Amino acid sequence: MQWQSYTQLALYLGLLLVCVKPLGAYMARVYSDQPFGLDRLLAPVERGIYRLAGVERKAEMGWKTYAGAVLVFNLLGLLVVYLLQRIQQWLPLNPAQLPAVTADSAFNTAISFASNTNWQGYSGETSLSYLTQMAGLGVQNFLSAATGMAVLVALIRGLSRQSVRTLGNFWVDLTRSTLYILLPLACVVTLLLVSQGVVQSFDPYQSATLLQPTTSSDGTPVTQQVLPLGPAASQIAIKQLGTNGGGFFGVNSAHPFENPTPLSNLVEMLAILLIPAALCYTFGVMVGDRRQGWAVLAAMTLIFVAFMALSVAAEQQAPPLESGAPLATAATPLQAGGNMEGKETRFGIANSALWATATTAASNGSVNSMHDAYTPLGGMVPMVLMQLGEVVYGGVGSGLYGMLTFAIIAVFVAGLMVGRTPEYLGKKIETFEMKMAALIILIPCVTVLLATALAVSTDAGRATVANPGPHGFSEILYAASSAGNNNGSAFAGLGANTPFYNMLLGLAMLSARYWLIVPTLALAGALVRKQRVPTGAGTLPTHTPLFVGLLIGVVLIVGALTFIPALALGPIVEQLML
Amino acid sequence: MSMRSLIRGALVVFTLLTLITGVLYPLAMTGVAQALFPQQANGSQLVVDGQVVGSTLIGQPFADPAYFWGRLSATAPFAYNSAAASGSNLGALNPARSAAAAARVAALQSADPANSAPIPIDLVTASGSGLDPHISPAAALYQVERVARARGLSPELVRQLVEQHTEGRQLGILGEPRVNVLLLNRALDALTAAPAAER
Repeated sequence: MQWQSYTQLALYLGLLLVCVKPLGAYMARVYSDQPFGLDRLLAPVERGIYRLAGVERKAEMGWKTYAGAVLVFNLLGLLVVYLLQRIQQWLPLNPAQLPAVTADSAFNTAISFASNTNWQGYSGETSLSYLTQMAGLGVQNFLSAATGMAVLVALIRGLSRQSVRTLGNFWVDLTRSTLYILLPLACVVTLLLVSQGVVQSFDPYQSATLLQPTTSSDGTPVTQQVLPLGPAASQIAIKQLGTNGGGFFGVNSAHPFENPTPLSNLVEMLAILLIPAALCYTFGVMVGDRRQGWAVLAAMTLIFVAFMALSVAAEQQAPPLESGAPLATAATPLQAGGNMEGKETRFGIANSALWATATTAASNGSVNSMHDAYTPLGGMVPMVLMQLGEVVYGGVGSGLYGMLTFAIIAVFVAGLMVGRTPEYLGKKIETFEMKMAALIILIPCVTVLLATALAVSTDAGRATVANPGPHGFSEILYAASSAGNNNGSAFAGLGANTPFYNMLLGLAMLSARYWLIVPTLALAGALVRKQRVPTGAGTLPTHTPLFVGLLIGVVLIVGALTFIPALALGPIVEQLML
Repeated sequence: MSMRSLIRGALVVFTLLTLITGVLYPLAMTGVAQALFPQQANGSQLVVDGQVVGSTLIGQPFADPAYFWGRLSATAPFAYNSAAASGSNLGALNPARSAAAAARVAALQSADPANSAPIPIDLVTASGSGLDPHISPAAALYQVERVARARGLSPELVRQLVEQHTEGRQLGILGEPRVNVLLLNRALDALTAAPAAER
């Protein structure tokens, strides 16, 4: 590997960590109702929304009402996305005259975008009108992300407040996340991306004359190429920032119109982890102890760096090809070398493997290279990161509430080892909290393994596998891990736009999102009623390197115990066969 | 809080945020983008004599020995079909991957039997989008002799053209060095069309 590759990896991490403090502090002000500048500009809009909605700004909700509001709001979003897809042929902004999406695909896509998964069984440019993309999917990109942030803020309030019953107001947290955090960041990212060549246009697809005509596989001559257009940049900005990941085009950020240059690539990669990482600092500010936020961020970053190194190293090795001639596969100043199948020349190995790590560490799921074509070990990295429960930065909001759950498990484990009463941030962890935490950890594991088992044991599940041997099993395991953790990336060879996979993965996404949100809010509701006990000699400090190590250990051990048998049947055996 | 006020809240907040994020936001961004970056926002189109002849960002298929060839493309039903971008999605052990590479190697060797240099890996692998506009400088240099012979140009001249069309890392550090195949081939055509004295 060239030294520039290492520099790019370091530059990425450096830029990300530099942004954590300012953005994190800004978000803490947004959620704590302190002035932050932008509120002066947009406050009338915010107030107008509350007035029309009949929302009493200061009226707070207990956990059950908060959860009810989350579920009603998400159900509404789901229904609207479903409906838009089913009637898009009669609606405006459909220059390609695309027909209605089939019922099972629309069901899958509606759940996928409402649940912040953004698994794409369809291909955007050939199945969705501009209106469906904008007013359906684009809106969910904002609102599903804002939902995750609101749930996180409720959990943080559960930890920071004491002896009360309320967690805040969902409508307020949702609106403020959207207006003051997601929208301004999205505007900046959109313009950066357009300046690099990402399309943003309502013109119909443009056709271009080929320099050298070619022939189609059925023998007909081809002289024209279609240049697909659309309001892409605005949607790509939020799909990255909101850890959504659903591309405007089918091949996502590998498409030159979705990610044209190395600079657009850097901006899009930063946007993936920006908010999830910064929320750690927000958490530290809001619980009144910044070291707690830094400790969680440190645990996430250490896991991230280890997996990033493994991914880059694995992809720099080109798998053997029987091509009948010697191939040049080493990295030199004139080529990236390595496993270039499914990767773009402008990104090479380092930027492709880094993206694959970031997108699955967060619950983003966008891709700039095709994970299905990765080396077995290289493809195992994204798979494992998803299976760890999307807590290494994770989805906006959802990543940190998952990681805080792991922190609760970690203090419980530590308590068992030394006989101390487990407490986190001064809150005693008792039976109910542990039940909820166990549910939050176990539901995605069960979902992934059950969905995989169902798919491999039925004809419908095996019928659309693209690759022979253990790689075919990896495709199914990857899809289940992606849906069961709300990631949305894919080993794209698997033909997932079938009624079987649309239903199976749709249900997996539903359970992984909402069956976690409800116990998370229940946990917050239980914690908020407790008093914060003062720290004493018997308290395990949760900001030390020791605790960071313990937290990493718990995350890795739970993941390893659950998934190593399945991984052994897929990527591990495949690597041994190379 | 009653169920009724919950549903009213959901309906109104959803409708208003849909207007803001689903209508106003993309419309405003399109307006600003079209004003500030009209060329980029509309697909970086290459226009020659009023006719659109491609995009600087989207690759085109080339098989003529007199042109530089790009990455393999897995799009259907023809390579570089930008209406249906796609990667090959072949696993590392899939024999189809070796078969595709072997076919490309055979084509390269039959067009240039004397060239025994190792073939750069990006020439025998399919890109993720199937529309990759670039090849590595190594892959371009590998093809110089063949293109020069097919066009009756000196290899030195063609090599210079490749070097002129080699983009370094962006801002000196980002991404990988690369050559835009369509732009290079158009420059070749322009060079060949020019009178010999001006070459």
